[in-house]
Amino acid sequence: MKTLAELTQLRDEALKKVDLRKDRKGTRIVVGMATCGIAAGARPILAALMDEVQKRGLKDVEITQTGCIGVCRLEPLVEVYKEGEDKVTYVELTEEKARRIIAEHIVNGNIVTQFTIGAAE
Amino acid sequence: MDFYRSHVLVCGGTGCVSSGSLTIEEMFNAALKERGLEKEVKVVRTGCFGLCEAGPICIVYPEGSFYSRVEQKDVERICDEHLLKGRIVTDLLYIDKLANVTDIQTSINDVTFYKKQKRVALKNCGVINPEIIEEYIAFDGYQALGKALTQMTPQQVIDEMKKSGLRGRGGGGFPTGLKWEFAAKSHGDVKYVACNADEGDPGAFMDRSVLEGDPHAIIEAMALAAYAIGAEKGYVYIRAEYPIAVKRLGIAIAQANAMGLLGKNIFGTDFNFEMEIRLGAGAFVCGEETALIASIEGERGMPRPKPPFPAQKGIFGKPTIINNVETYAVVPQIILKGADWFTSFGTEKSPGTKVFALGGKINNTGLVEIPMGTSLREVIFDIGGGIPNGRKFKAVQTGGPSGGCLTSDHLDTPIDFDTLTALGSMMGSGGMIVVDDTNCMVDFARFFLDFTVDESCGKCVPCREGTKRMLEILEKITSGNGSLEDLDKLEDLAYSIKDSSLCGLGQTAPNPVLSTLKYFRDEYIAHVTDKKCPAGQCQDLLSIVIVDGCIGCTACARVCPVNAITGAVKQNHVIDQTKCIKCGACIPKCPKKVIVKQ
Repeated sequence: MKTLAELTQLRDEALKKVDLRKDRKGTRIVVGMATCGIAAGARPILAALMDEVQKRGLKDVEITQTGCIGVCRLEPLVEVYKEGEDKVTYVELTEEKARRIIAEHIVNGNIVTQFTIGAAE
Repeated sequence: MDFYRSHVLVCGGTGCVSSGSLTIEEMFNAALKERGLEKEVKVVRTGCFGLCEAGPICIVYPEGSFYSRVEQKDVERICDEHLLKGRIVTDLLYIDKLANVTDIQTSINDVTFYKKQKRVALKNCGVINPEIIEEYIAFDGYQALGKALTQMTPQQVIDEMKKSGLRGRGGGGFPTGLKWEFAAKSHGDVKYVACNADEGDPGAFMDRSVLEGDPHAIIEAMALAAYAIGAEKGYVYIRAEYPIAVKRLGIAIAQANAMGLLGKNIFGTDFNFEMEIRLGAGAFVCGEETALIASIEGERGMPRPKPPFPAQKGIFGKPTIINNVETYAVVPQIILKGADWFTSFGTEKSPGTKVFALGGKINNTGLVEIPMGTSLREVIFDIGGGIPNGRKFKAVQTGGPSGGCLTSDHLDTPIDFDTLTALGSMMGSGGMIVVDDTNCMVDFARFFLDFTVDESCGKCVPCREGTKRMLEILEKITSGNGSLEDLDKLEDLAYSIKDSSLCGLGQTAPNPVLSTLKYFRDEYIAHVTDKKCPAGQCQDLLSIVIVDGCIGCTACARVCPVNAITGAVKQNHVIDQTKCIKCGACIPKCPKKVIVKQ
């Protein structure tokens, strides 16, 4: 170890691995993973979300699953909880749509209105 | 870099390992693989979470779900329900007896046991994987060393330590900064730093947990100490009975060496530091610093008179500082966050936090860290969950075999170094053994004295002979042969031993006897005058008898291992006191509950 800057860089790298265990604020992406969700293909969606988050090195984003949200006919379904914003529910997702949500909503902060439950109804 | 959506933390501390956590960890890995989740969910083996009573413990992040007493059959359910479908398995969660029953604590942060704690020394225990240096670095590890080496002079490090008011956590309570200053000012071409990890108090295991859960903190702190006093070599003296701690510290030292955090020219400066582990054979006296030095040098572990103090003449006759594990564990944070941060906890004369090992008759056996000045009541009843089986609190022994007991009158005493000493006990290394009304205080004192007699090194007469005589008197009392004069003799001997012993072991060995004599003299008197043990624990002083109401069912006679119970069917039964070995096997068998201890 030669410099403090080197250590700090190493810390920031390592932090991404343990970030989940820290007290923190951020975005929560919840994937509906009850029988209905899984049957409609929620697993590839989950994998796509994780892949995209990892690729972009996003911090403070947590991906988790939940049970049946109730609108089984619109599965696969994902809900996004962002700090200080209302919950956004995305429905009838594909991997492609999931990746766009990360890019547009999580990164750029623009809700992808056409994928939301409001648009589907 | 792999991104995982969930982390399953499995406790790998000695407590949980012995209740089978390593098997649980293997099963998690296998079960996750089977479900194709191994790339999404990471299993992490961590250090001790503190609530050893509820082990094996697993915590699932990001939710922070706190699963306790996890059995092999639970692993599949946690994987299927929680990790696959995202449904927390509420019936496997830790049940917080002190919180509202209807309110299930799904997150570890909501559990009463943790809510009142302030984890500083145990900050990383149960959070990081101690065998991966990057995890320590992620939680600001080695930042303090980097800061000190590149931005502070050794004197500034010492000044910060002095300002923090940190007092040695091994028992003595000597100001750490002052100790460092003495060693820094001592002249010597070579100096040493040492870590005292010879934790020997029965029931105390905070040092083990820190070494198992956060070994890099000790390495970083020892490097800081070495920089402050001008040493280049550090020894960790650790007992061989702590195999997990030894292994993890060894791994940590190797990783730090590989990363250049130990070795030559650390952080590009001209500071060099290397570390070595010395295994102790487990003698209690080797926790005494001069005996520890002798043992590191390869001599027999026996103390020598002080002065000269180790800061002047220590290991191989060179200036040395010796600090306890828990003391070192808070040093990096003091340097990184500043002395003012540290003094924001605790009391004026005892700043910071202290780790206590709760044991004995208490619900939440385990490790807790609290700000100094917290009351005994909060520790025992709020964090510790009170006394099991609805029994009554009788006393708590602090400071292990060197300390004394405190009674229910002292429950509201704020805990710090000075208040405990004033009450005739001491902080010691932080063992807290709770006793209830079924424990005999004379026998309790005898237990600790038995320990010190075993552990006395034999170098000085007062400790070698005196403690043995005290033990004999106590045995005389517990067997019903004592007299009132024996109590005076005990006290006399106790003060002589305290005054004339060579080292801390002898000087404090009589404390358990003195404090029980002070607070529970009536129990001693009951033993010598009435020949009764009020708690019903001293076997020689009690007899088991059948009182009125025997229906002659013969259930008792059938379990008696020595055939001491006689009586015909449907006739009153009698216990032959000359044959009875007082095993108590008959007592629970009696349907009428008329067999009693007297």
